[in-house]
Amino acid sequence: MSATVYIPREATALSLGAQSVARALAEEAARRQDAVQIVRTGSRGLFWLEPMLEVATSAARVAYGPVQAADVAGLFEAGFLTGGKHRLNLGPVESIPYLKNQERLTCGRLGVIDPVNLDDYRAHGGYAGLTNALAMEPAAIVKAVTDSGLRGRGGAAFPTGIKWKTVHDAPGAKKYIVCNADEGDSGTFSDRLLMEGDPFCLIEGMTIAGLAVGATSGYVYLRCEYPHAQDTMTQAIATAYAAGYLGADVLGSGRAFELQLRMGAGAYICGEETSLLESLEGRRGQIRFKPPLPALKGLFGCPTVVNNVISFASVPIILERGAQFYKDYGMGRSRGSLPIQLAGNIARGGLVERAFGVTLRELLYDYGGGTRSGRPIRAVQVGGPLGAYWPESKFDTPVDYEAFAGGGGMLGHGGIVVFDDTVDMAAQARYAMEFCAIESCGKCTPCRIGSTRGVEVIDRLVAGDRTAMQQTLLRDLCDTMLNGSLCALGGLTPYPVLSALDYFPEDFSTPAALQAAKR
Amino acid sequence: MSERKRVTIPIRVEPGTDLPAAERTAVLEAVNQNRALEGSLLPILHAIQDRLGWIPPRTLPLIAYELNLTRAEVHGVVTFYHYFRQHPPGKQVIYLCRAEACQAVGAVSLEAHAKRALGIDFHGTSGDGRYTLEPVYCLGNCASGPSLMIDRELYGRMTPERFDDLIAADAAGATSAAATSAGATRA
Repeated sequence: MSATVYIPREATALSLGAQSVARALAEEAARRQDAVQIVRTGSRGLFWLEPMLEVATSAARVAYGPVQAADVAGLFEAGFLTGGKHRLNLGPVESIPYLKNQERLTCGRLGVIDPVNLDDYRAHGGYAGLTNALAMEPAAIVKAVTDSGLRGRGGAAFPTGIKWKTVHDAPGAKKYIVCNADEGDSGTFSDRLLMEGDPFCLIEGMTIAGLAVGATSGYVYLRCEYPHAQDTMTQAIATAYAAGYLGADVLGSGRAFELQLRMGAGAYICGEETSLLESLEGRRGQIRFKPPLPALKGLFGCPTVVNNVISFASVPIILERGAQFYKDYGMGRSRGSLPIQLAGNIARGGLVERAFGVTLRELLYDYGGGTRSGRPIRAVQVGGPLGAYWPESKFDTPVDYEAFAGGGGMLGHGGIVVFDDTVDMAAQARYAMEFCAIESCGKCTPCRIGSTRGVEVIDRLVAGDRTAMQQTLLRDLCDTMLNGSLCALGGLTPYPVLSALDYFPEDFSTPAALQAAKR
Repeated sequence: MSERKRVTIPIRVEPGTDLPAAERTAVLEAVNQNRALEGSLLPILHAIQDRLGWIPPRTLPLIAYELNLTRAEVHGVVTFYHYFRQHPPGKQVIYLCRAEACQAVGAVSLEAHAKRALGIDFHGTSGDGRYTLEPVYCLGNCASGPSLMIDRELYGRMTPERFDDLIAADAAGATSAAATSAGATRA
């Protein structure tokens, strides 16, 4: 008999032993003379079950996990190749509630297909969007993206269609498409999962963007901390070129789109779009003044679309199914779906793609299952290192850009980092300032100097040195950074700091501080 | 009246002629392979570091000369990015994540343990030249932390005990057997 087994080649699964499992599986199959075809996929993003392997049975793909190499012989004994009973048998993968109760518009192919197999991609709806786009006028493509309500998934949530229209309307013989794949926010990994699990989707989205705005050249700026995504993207781009999906004549349309992968070098600030452009041009990643907007004067001074990985990857389905289909998901002005990432101290961490409107509480408890440590959740940080720390009282906030902003936070790239009750919020506030000091590009004073002063003030505050004065000073400093910084790094670092101070003031009063207050 | 002695100041047209051969070759090949790229400096620096493990400061004049940049510009770029190193690393570079998601599951105590076990601080190299310890701000393994990366291999749910096992296995020369990454296919 011949069976097909799917095992991720994705970084998290590998970090938990997927490679040893794949090797053990191949060896055991050879020993038993079973014909087993092993297909390496991306990850579905159910990380507490990784390494998770799937077996194609006549009815469905049946999952087993978390599997270690030592379990492999037992799996064969249990007849897993035909979906046999085993303590690790999770049933049909699509029936796992965590996955079943998602709306995977953008991430539907993750873990399903072989990421670098173009036939597999096309068999699952790939390149249907580009085919439609090639038959459309550029302005009609831009209109479809505008009508879909898609907003930038990198964090700023700027309407993608409006950005594209600006570039479309901008005069210029040369225009660029730039993908911001510098996913530096802690607690986020959706860009990485997409690039490792469905890289053609990103390539397709960028190609459509090129057609829409009249750009013939594109770059993916990928952080160097993602070597696995680098390998997958490199392979996928080469394959797309070989098959005529990229190059001087995309699918015989007579329209060109060239795509290059560029690696960052460990600078968080290069996730800021103007800093990213500087870096692509071969310089220090220092941010630029805006205006001019990158849409008008971006890479090498040319009109440039800069979008996040998930933004581009959401475009193919919009062109395939229509703007209305996408727009029907979501709430308020947040349309479509967001791949949310559950991270940190969480029992069932991973990727949850849902239409906007799902609440934080549902995500943390229904999907996430509370903390990994089993202790109560004390705080969550949403939106990366620049996002606010929120207490339990905020957990009914729906995932919606405006609702988060209205609550004094930010949704950002959709990463949620969970902390249990052992967290020291003063230490987290200090870290936020320290991180800003380490990663500041140095161009503006509030960020460059303010962050270092911030660390010092928090240290004195926690040490109990004239606490009332330090608090005033810290708030004043945060006000300066918030209003005086050139970009979001300095401008948003006050969010985690002040939210920690406002919602968890008791952590800033150490015994030393209490003692000092008594004197 | 005695004649003033004429002093000849040697003007070196082409820098880098006195570089060690390996470094000179690394720079020239990196430049030649990437020169045609728009904004080629970062790809060139990556290529040099991939080959040498670091970017020796003495190579900067040659890089600058080849790209028609000033040495200050190249120096500025090399020093701006945390990933580019100006000191030779140990045999293996351990990138230890210290971002929030890993902090939430014990990264701070893992960091303290790693520093103690290796006897070095961040950016330091152990006395035997085996390990360099670097902080990293997120490896994107945020649901399965604490995380670290060694030679493009990612390790999740790290504990002090597992860290010790990893080091012990490496000392026993068994890292290749313990390797868990498909990234191993990369040459």
